[in-house]
Formats: sequence, C-alpha cells, structure tokens
Amino acid sequence: MSENGALPHRGRVLTVDTMNPNVKKVDYAVRGPIVQRALQIEKELKEGVKKPFEEVIKANIGDAHAMGQRPITFFRQVMALCSYPQLLDDNKFPEDAKNRARRILQSCGGNSIGAYTTSQGIDCVRHDVAKYIQRRDGGIPSDPDNIYLTTGASDGIVTILKLLTTGEGRTRTGVMISIPQYPLYSASIAELGAVQVNYYLNEEKCWSLDISELQRSLQAAREHCNPRVLCIINPGNPTGQVQSRQCIEDVIRFAAKENLFLMADEVYQDNVYAEGCEFHSFKKVLFEMGPEYSRKIELVSFHSTSKCYMGECGFRGGYMEVINMDQEVKAQLSKLVSVRLCPPVPGQALMDLVVNCPQPGEPSYQTFMKERTAVLSALAEKAKLTEEILNTVPGISCNPVQGAMYSFPRITLPQRAINEAKAKGQTPDMFYCMKLLEDTGICLVPGSGFGQRDGTYHFRMTILPPTDKLKIMLHKLKEFHQTFTQQFA
Amino acid sequence: MTENGCEHRERVLTMDTMNPNIKRVEYAVRGPIVQRAAQIERELKMGVNKPFTEVIKANIGDCHAMGQKPITFFRQVLALCSYPDLLEDSKFPEDAKSRARRILQACGGGSLGAYSTSQGIEIIRQDVARYIERRDGGIPCDPDNIYLSIGASDAIVTMLKLLVSGEGMSRTGVMISIPQYPLYSAALAELGAVQISYYLEEDNCWSLEINELRRALQEAKKHCSPRALCIINPGNPTGQVQSRQCIEDVIRFAATENLFLMSDEVYQDNVYADGCKFHSFKKVLFEMGPEYSEKVELASFHSTSKCYMGECGFRGGYMEVVNLDPEVKVQLTKLVSVRLCPPVPGQALLDVVVNPPQPDEPSYDTFIKERTETLATLAEKANMTQEILNQVPGIKCNPVQGAMYSFPRIHLPPKAILEAKEKGQSPDMFYCMKLLEETGICLVPGSGFGQRDGTYHFRMTILPSKEKLKIVLAKIKEFHQHFTDQYS
Repeated sequence: MSENGALPHRGRVLTVDTMNPNVKKVDYAVRGPIVQRALQIEKELKEGVKKPFEEVIKANIGDAHAMGQRPITFFRQVMALCSYPQLLDDNKFPEDAKNRARRILQSCGGNSIGAYTTSQGIDCVRHDVAKYIQRRDGGIPSDPDNIYLTTGASDGIVTILKLLTTGEGRTRTGVMISIPQYPLYSASIAELGAVQVNYYLNEEKCWSLDISELQRSLQAAREHCNPRVLCIINPGNPTGQVQSRQCIEDVIRFAAKENLFLMADEVYQDNVYAEGCEFHSFKKVLFEMGPEYSRKIELVSFHSTSKCYMGECGFRGGYMEVINMDQEVKAQLSKLVSVRLCPPVPGQALMDLVVNCPQPGEPSYQTFMKERTAVLSALAEKAKLTEEILNTVPGISCNPVQGAMYSFPRITLPQRAINEAKAKGQTPDMFYCMKLLEDTGICLVPGSGFGQRDGTYHFRMTILPPTDKLKIMLHKLKEFHQTFTQQFA
Repeated sequence: MTENGCEHRERVLTMDTMNPNIKRVEYAVRGPIVQRAAQIERELKMGVNKPFTEVIKANIGDCHAMGQKPITFFRQVLALCSYPDLLEDSKFPEDAKSRARRILQACGGGSLGAYSTSQGIEIIRQDVARYIERRDGGIPCDPDNIYLSIGASDAIVTMLKLLVSGEGMSRTGVMISIPQYPLYSAALAELGAVQISYYLEEDNCWSLEINELRRALQEAKKHCSPRALCIINPGNPTGQVQSRQCIEDVIRFAATENLFLMSDEVYQDNVYADGCKFHSFKKVLFEMGPEYSEKVELASFHSTSKCYMGECGFRGGYMEVVNLDPEVKVQLTKLVSVRLCPPVPGQALLDVVVNPPQPDEPSYDTFIKERTETLATLAEKANMTQEILNQVPGIKCNPVQGAMYSFPRIHLPPKAILEAKEKGQSPDMFYCMKLLEETGICLVPGSGFGQRDGTYHFRMTILPSKEKLKIVLAKIKEFHQHFTDQYS
C-alpha cells in the first residue's frame, strides 16, 4: 500500500469464487441460454443481417399478451380509473368499473394505489379472494386471514419453500417435485440449498401421477435427506395434464400418510381444454375427504393473474391460501413478508377484479364474457391443433394438451445428433433447439430445462402464437424435424 | 397408523422444524407496535372509547397514506398505459401520450401485461442511465449496468444474496450503520450472514467517522470475513446527509479494505437543510479518478417510493452496478431471471420519474409546481419537527437534514426503564406502547433500528399534514412530560 492510499492491482471482492455458491447452482431454462441467443438474433435481424427467416417467434415463455392476446377491457378500465381517479368523472367508463375502482381506492391509504398496503395484502381484496375460492369450491369456507397476496405466484412459492428449508446433511429438507417441472422449483431449491426429490410423471399415461412412483421416490430420498414437502402443478407445466379427482385424493392420502406438507400450484386453473377433464382444487378435494384429512393436512395453494384468460404477467399479481398452518409459523410467515413491505398494489387491484369480475346484470358483463370465452376457446383450439399437427410428424409424439399453455412433445433424435451434441457439451435437445432457432427463428425450450427421463428428449413450446402463426410454426417445425432426422441419419 | 392412513399427528411445519434463520428476522417498521396500532384502529371502528379519535401512523415512510398527492403527470401516463384507448382522449396532454406510446411500444404486444426482460425494459434502462448521467455531471452510465427491481429492497436483497458465502470465520460479514433501516438486519439474519455494526456519531449530527468504520472492521475480522459496506445516504432513520468529504473517505476506506460498496440513495431528492447536498457515490467515485473508479465495486440503489413521488405501492426501483465482475454479472442476470421481471407498472412509473416533463412541454409547469410544493412542505415539516421536539425537556433531536424521519433521543427515568425490563420490553418500546395507548400516535422505538447501549430513541415520520403534525408534536411533548413525571 503506497502512502497516498492508491491500490496495488487487486482482485475483486465479488468473484465467481467468492460469491454465494448456491446461486451458481441455479438454472432457469425458460430464460436461459437459448433465449439469450434468440434475443441476439433479433438484434441481428434489426441490424439487417440476412437470415432464413424474418422474425424470431418466441414460443419459450407463457406470455400471452406478448403473443398478441388482448387484455380484458374491463380490467384495464378499472386499472386506469385506479391510476388516475379523475377519470371517475368521465362518462366513457361504465358504472361497474367505477364502483370497483372506488372500492379499491377506498381501501388504499390516502385513497391512492401509491400507498403501501398491509403486508398480507389489501383487506377487502383478500375478502374477495376468499369469496371467489368459496364459490369455486362449492361453498367450502375460506378465511380471508389465510389469504396472502403475493408478487405473482412465484413469490408465494419461494416464501413457503424458505419457511420449510432447514436441517443439515441427512436432516436437510427434501422437496418432492414432478419431473418434468416448471424450473422455478429446481431453481429455488438450489438457491435455498434444499434437496430436490424427483418423482416422474408417466409419459405413457398422459403424464399421470402414479402413487407408486411417489412412494419409490420418497423411499429413496429418505436415505439421504428429510423429505417434508410435496409440490404438484395442476394443470401441469410443462406437461399440460389435468389430474383426475381420484389422483388428487390419492396424493392427499399419500401426503397424510407420509407426513408431507402439500404445495398445490394451480395458476392454470381456468386453462382446461380436453373433454372429460376438469379442474379440481386441492382445497376442495381435501375438504370433501372429511375432517380426518381436512383438519390435518397442511396445504398451500397458489394462484396468479399471469395465466388463465387474463394473461397479465407484467402486473405480478398473485395469492396463496394457507390451510392448517401452525399459528406460530403463520406469525413467522406474516413477519417474513412484512420485510418486503407489500406486493405491488396494481397487481393486488387486478387480482381483485379477477376474483370479482362483472356479474350478469352489470353493464360490462356481456363484453367481459365475450372476451373471456374468446380467449379460452382460442387456447383450446390451439391446444388441439398443436397436438394434432405434431403427432403427424414421424419422430415426434405429443401427449394431449389437456390444459395450461404448452405442449411438451417427445422427440426422437438420431444417434449421430446425440453424439454430436455430447461432443459439443450440449444436451441433445438443446443442440436440436439451437439448430431449430438458427434455421427457422423459432425459440423453444429444450426438455432438459424441465427434467425428463434419461435417454428421452423433449421441447416445450407454448400454444400462444395467434392461430395462423401457430400453424406456420408447426409446419416449419415438422419440416425442420424431417430435415434434421435426415441430416443426422 | 390406522388403516385409513390418517391419525393424530404433529404438523410437518412447526416452530421447531421451520427455517431457523427466519425466526431471527425482525422488522420493527411493521412489528408489534404496528400490529397493536392496527388492533386499536379496529377497536375504534367498533366504537370502543379511547382518549383519542384516530390512530396516527407515523411509523412508516408512506407519503400518500398521510395525504400527499401523486404527481398528476405520472398518473396520467400510467392510466394511458393501462388503458390505451385513452390515447384518443383529448383530455390528456400530448407529452403524457407520447411517453405512454413509447413505453407501450417497448412492451410485448404493446401491453403492460406482458413480461418484460428480467433486467427491465431496455428503453427504461436507457432513460435511467441518462438520468444518472445528467445527475452526475455527465459521468457515463451504461444501461447494461442498470437492473430494474421491485422497489429498492429487492435489489438490495439480491446483492446481499450474491455476497453471502463461507462458513464460520469465513462467513460473509456486512457492515451497516447503527442506527439502520431494518431491511438490512432482517436480510442479513435471513441469509445467515454476519451483521457488522458501525455506529454513527449522534453528537455530531449522525456523522460517519472513518475510525469507527476501522474499529468495527478490525473487530469483525476476528470472527467473520467482512466483504461489504452498506451506507444509507440520506440516512434512514437518522436523516443526515453525508458531506462530500465523508463520501470520499468511505470510498477510500472501501478501496483500502477491499469492501464491496452498497449505497442506498432512495432519499436523494429529500435534502432540506442549508449547506447540505446530495452527492451520489457513483459521481464521487468517478471524480476521485481511475485508481478508484476502475477498482471499487459499487451498487447504488434508488426507488419510486420516496423523494417527491411517494409511489410506494408501485414497487418501482433500480440499481446501478459499477465494476461488477463480468462473470458475477452473468450470475446476477441469471438469478433475477427466475422471478421473471419486476412489475411493469412500476417500471413505467420509474421511466417517467427519470424522464419527467421538460421546460418546453405542456405538463411542465404543473409538474414543477407539484414537485416543488411537495419538497418544500417536507422541508418545512422537517424543520418544525426538529424545533418543537427540541423544546421538550428530555427530548433531543438532531437536525432533520434529509429523508423523511426524525430520530430524537429520549431521556427515560430509571423507574420506567426498570418497569420495562420487568415486562421484558426494551425501554423505548415500553415508552412507545404507552404513547400509542394514550394518544393513538404510532411511532417505532429506536431499538428497532439499533442505537448505542443505554440510549433510547424513537423514529417518527415527518409525513402527516402540517396541521396534524403540529398536533402530533404537541401531544408527544405533553406525553413526554407526563411520562417523566409519572416515573420520577
């Protein structure tokens, strides 16, 4: 150190060697390397670089509006009224929108959505959420005090996983999650240093959940960690299956028998397309199974404003309902969420509208129903279209897209392609998806980003592009797959 | 186990089986006293008789809740973004419409409802970078070093997460002022990092002394690996605005001692006292020349919650990272991608904050009027608070140079201290609880922020309206005198 305090060359304080090692283990494929390459290609296209295509089609992420889906008019009217209450005097807005806005504003500090709310979320919104849950679940009571509004469902999921993570070595918390899964779970488990306990969904049986597989997975896990929680995504992401009522009962029984905390990710609850499929909330099934289960099982259910027919991802609205949580732990949960003050108020307002939408007799009802129906039926069409077209491709096998927003087809890759991928240090499905991106501009996420049985390969593609674009995309995919198969024969 | 598989069993998740770090987390700003205040409000609503008719929540820096009005222009742009049909409405000024159009064009599908990139909408990051350049006299800012966040809290926690590693003696230590805003202590407890407290100098207007930093650091090196130094300027709860010299000294100290600097600058427009000025750490760092500006790792934080906007509920914010290792930056980008993106309304709001009406634009006059009035009112209230509290025997209040709070020292009679301790309460919590029960005024005890042993304080916001603030201060004066008599 010289006298003037100037420094000799020194290494940085924060390097990959000194940083949090858990963060290094985190991966999130939905926005991972292939998406980064897609963005780069978009920049190149803008700069005029010649490509075999004119645009990048981002079918990697469940972002409905980005792919052209329109917001629900009523919701946005209320949001505008809440943002700029002067508009309450404007006769261009319907009365039902104004009433909702006034009610929301009255429950905000200083009547402004710019005020912090209580950390659990605006009281009247939580009441409305509870009423929504009660209606949805055939009258089974929901206590607003068990509702926590969150910054999207992801926030709630991470918070609960945080609470559950404890122990060391053999007593470290194990978290059961489906393979394939939405990689928020694997990422959070890695970040928290918990143990991921995989249970495989049955691809041959339309991604069903078999209790014997849960059992196998649990037994194996008990040898090296302390499995405490079972996560289930229904309708599934990336797999799109809608679990039967029987399956949900079996899972609840399993959780009861094996002392597992249940986490039910139900953000796609309105996205159910296939005949014979129906959404059954874990809360409802739990209570219909009677007090020996409904008084015992600890359950947290998650919902969001990002999916369904709203697609309002950018607002980061969500909630969780906690059932049978230990009161002292609940106090700790409330304390924990207080540190981040409150979820975004526009998102809370939006959630209020989702659970308190226009009713028959209200001025906005017709338009609302029309828009909602149009969105959901378009999605149902596209789900079917996707499954049909992909199943005409030799080497691609697509399970029915029963719900959610994605197809997760299995792709057969020639051995030479697999070898070349491995030589490059890439997973074979990443190799495939990268080539697809470079050749066609279509951006998908390789199955390896979600998990899959060894030796199988998949990709996840959203069903969100507009129908015409989707058809073009599926045909390009078909063409690419055939070329790829020939090229690596 | 009975045949139906279910019998009485203990819960999976209990106090004994939950994450132990979370049990150590405390956040006084919304802690027990605020819960009691909320309960009292419910009792008042139910018609219970009290010595007061309303609870005055002077515990949290929430401007709008205390009657401050939003900036008209900002809310016009947000309404236009939320419901673009309004772009046809002649009631909205052109400058609001052009900002809204620009923001919407940068959103997927032209909608605020689309996810944005995880780092935040590109043009907004560019606007933030230009704002920083203007603020800092032209020192370049790279938009790629800007990360939009869910309020400043989110970015602060993210950086702390990255910094925390090691075990036992090599566990990351993070230096933070005493008193501090308890997000820091809470986050460090949750992450299991080591909190290294450095005391601000109450007798010198809460100044930061380098020899105190040195003392704290030396001590800490014996039991952990100090890696970061956090500073809040203007200060919370203490309100001091650090001098330029002080900031230079802190930078030199961080350089010498190999510390990652985190500067929390969310109150950067809230500067009231004559002779005080906000100097951003970024600016001072670069003005100190390349031997520092090319070496010191710095993350600066800002937010839409404070200043003149007070838009807490939108959860808008950003951080600028300077000299972050490129590989670590990749990890940071990956980490924020898991949560997809910060709330887009908050991003849009931040854009108009850093890109407000200009002199030649239609909304300029109103904007400046509203902004000036809000800041002038805060300055008045800062002064009033300090003056009135300093008239109370047993209360001593440092000048409220900036931010939104007073943090006066209160002298408590030994009998009161004793009674508090018998109740298992910190003496200033005991005091504040009594104040709440007797007057309805909700403050946060100094113990929630940290203070030197044997000293007691409370934090009170300067946010109630002037009239209400006068009443609040008069009631506190009365209460303090009465309390002192009662326990003499």
